[in-house]
Amino acid sequence: MTDATNDIASGERSRALLSFTLATGRFLLMLAVTIFGLLAVTFFIGRIVPVDPVLAVVGDRAPAHVYARVREEMGLDLPLWHQFAIYIGNVFRADFGNSILTSRPVVEDVIRYFPATMELATLGTFLGTLFGVPLGVAAAVKRGKFIDHVVRVIGLVGYSAPIFWLGLLGLLVFYSKLGWVAGPGRLDVTYEYMLTPVTGMVLVDSALAGDWAVFRNAVSHIALPSALLGYYSLAYISRMTRSFMLNELSQEYITTARVKGLSETRIIWFHALRNAAVPLITVIALSYAHLLEGSVLTETVFAWPGLGRYITNSLQNADMNAVLGGTLVIGLVFVAVNTFSDLLYRLFDPRTR
Amino acid sequence: MGNLATSSRRGRLRKWLTTNEPISRGQARLGSAYRSWLAFSRNPLAMLGLIIVLALIIIAIFADQIATPSPVVGGDLRTERLQPPGENHWLGTDNQARDIFSRLVHGSRLTLMVVMLVTVIAMPIGLLIGTVAGYMGGWVDAVLMRITDIFLAFPRLILALAFVAALGPGIVNAVIAIAITSWPPYARIARAETLTIRNSDFVLAVRLQGASPFRIITRHIVPLCIPSVIIRVTLDMAGIILTAAGLGFLGLGAQPPTPEWGAMIAAGRQFIIDYWWVATMPGIAIFVVSLGFNLLGDGLRDVLDPKAEK
Repeated sequence: MTDATNDIASGERSRALLSFTLATGRFLLMLAVTIFGLLAVTFFIGRIVPVDPVLAVVGDRAPAHVYARVREEMGLDLPLWHQFAIYIGNVFRADFGNSILTSRPVVEDVIRYFPATMELATLGTFLGTLFGVPLGVAAAVKRGKFIDHVVRVIGLVGYSAPIFWLGLLGLLVFYSKLGWVAGPGRLDVTYEYMLTPVTGMVLVDSALAGDWAVFRNAVSHIALPSALLGYYSLAYISRMTRSFMLNELSQEYITTARVKGLSETRIIWFHALRNAAVPLITVIALSYAHLLEGSVLTETVFAWPGLGRYITNSLQNADMNAVLGGTLVIGLVFVAVNTFSDLLYRLFDPRTR
Repeated sequence: MGNLATSSRRGRLRKWLTTNEPISRGQARLGSAYRSWLAFSRNPLAMLGLIIVLALIIIAIFADQIATPSPVVGGDLRTERLQPPGENHWLGTDNQARDIFSRLVHGSRLTLMVVMLVTVIAMPIGLLIGTVAGYMGGWVDAVLMRITDIFLAFPRLILALAFVAALGPGIVNAVIAIAITSWPPYARIARAETLTIRNSDFVLAVRLQGASPFRIITRHIVPLCIPSVIIRVTLDMAGIILTAAGLGFLGLGAQPPTPEWGAMIAAGRQFIIDYWWVATMPGIAIFVVSLGFNLLGDGLRDVLDPKAEK
């Protein structure tokens, strides 16, 4: 009798293990295919560039034999699939070639510029979550009331206003007219070289060094761009929170909780929000990934020395190695964030197991 | 008397439209369209969105009549540069002494063109890939959906940037780049719709009659997927406009002196502190038009998609 139950239990366990392994394998395979696709897209874009990379090296007065030799050296006479294989090999060795503009390896540039982008996007997502989730919950609870309309308007403006335009207006009003915040850039010129970069994020570095004058200056520089990104993330997060909460609040377990006589606060914040939190993680991760991308325009407006501005600067100078390297890195981070949120989802929601 | 006659004719028309027993397919179709319209027109925000979009179309068509000053060639550089909004120039002039109102009015053509071209390119691609994947299933589905996922995994603006970098700046290349990045969600939606109808009785009946997969997909499945894809496209139009304006702002979209709204903001950026209107006005135009498309899309979704949250 007990043997039989044990058998069933162990059978179930091994089946669960098998399905878990299968799911993990599938997941990893899909991840590999997606990354392969990313590489194929960037490689393809690199091939259709109208600029002849050989001419860019030798100049247009080079004799034919020099041209041919350089072409061979650059591997451009190989068949496409071979070139693609070499490209993949290079990417895995973190070799994206040299940037023409900065004459440094693109990888070094990316490492140098990425922290600024991350700092901005992280702070933006933090602000968006901090204000967006409570607003969304309030809108769902007071559906059709004033606060619900406020959330709706916030969302509509966030989905309709060009971010670079709001940034310019923000600079005009809060920097130039009111003088509440500092202007473009990460620090005032006087503070620029006072900091030895550790993480590359000015706020963190100055706090680590205990240099509060620099920290205050950095805060007044980052306030406006991060508030702007935070607003866009808030628009998205509050709207999604509202819809998840409405879904949860209409479930039967909420009625049960009410019948049990639990307080409304407890029902909303402990019961409903806990269940809504699982899909919310995905939304917040997605919003973070989008801020990393949206920073291209914000960084241009605020002269923020991040990856987005690096890409657009390189673009305007036809520096394709830098553009494709930067694009690939942002794409990989995007995939990584999505994968991470997917894993969290699986971890927190038992139904997906 | 005449008034009474028209009102009773209108009453008869309404009765004909709202009848529960339509006698022809056409009547049923018109009747359901009329009912959707009634629901739609009860929503003031959706109506506002519709009015904005219609206004955009009318302004784009009659741009030459509405704004007579040239949008490209400016006035006297000595006296008419950077004029504030006033009687002669409603929205002021820019640094080339061009009338900003006129540039905005003519720029509406570009905005409308971008939106229409992207839709015309991206919607059929999404519909085709989604319906084929959903109907065929198996490895066709797996391959097509992996490709879709790859494009979804790539951030949109960055991908468009990289494409424009490769193709060269310009409005046509911007349109191609945006179209390439916007079809994946449509494919997803079309596939989901197809999965729900591929095994329904009417599809089986058509298949029994010997219809080819091509015919089943194009004549029977695509028409049923179109409404939900159109809702999504309308909701996406604001995003398309914002992406195009963003590319223009970065100098990668329409090239000067084309009156593209995003490029106008970029041009007004250097004067923003002393001459705020140059960069502000085009931004308001982008905002209003995007808002119109968002409101229209929300309204359409509420009416046509009963599953969506209210």
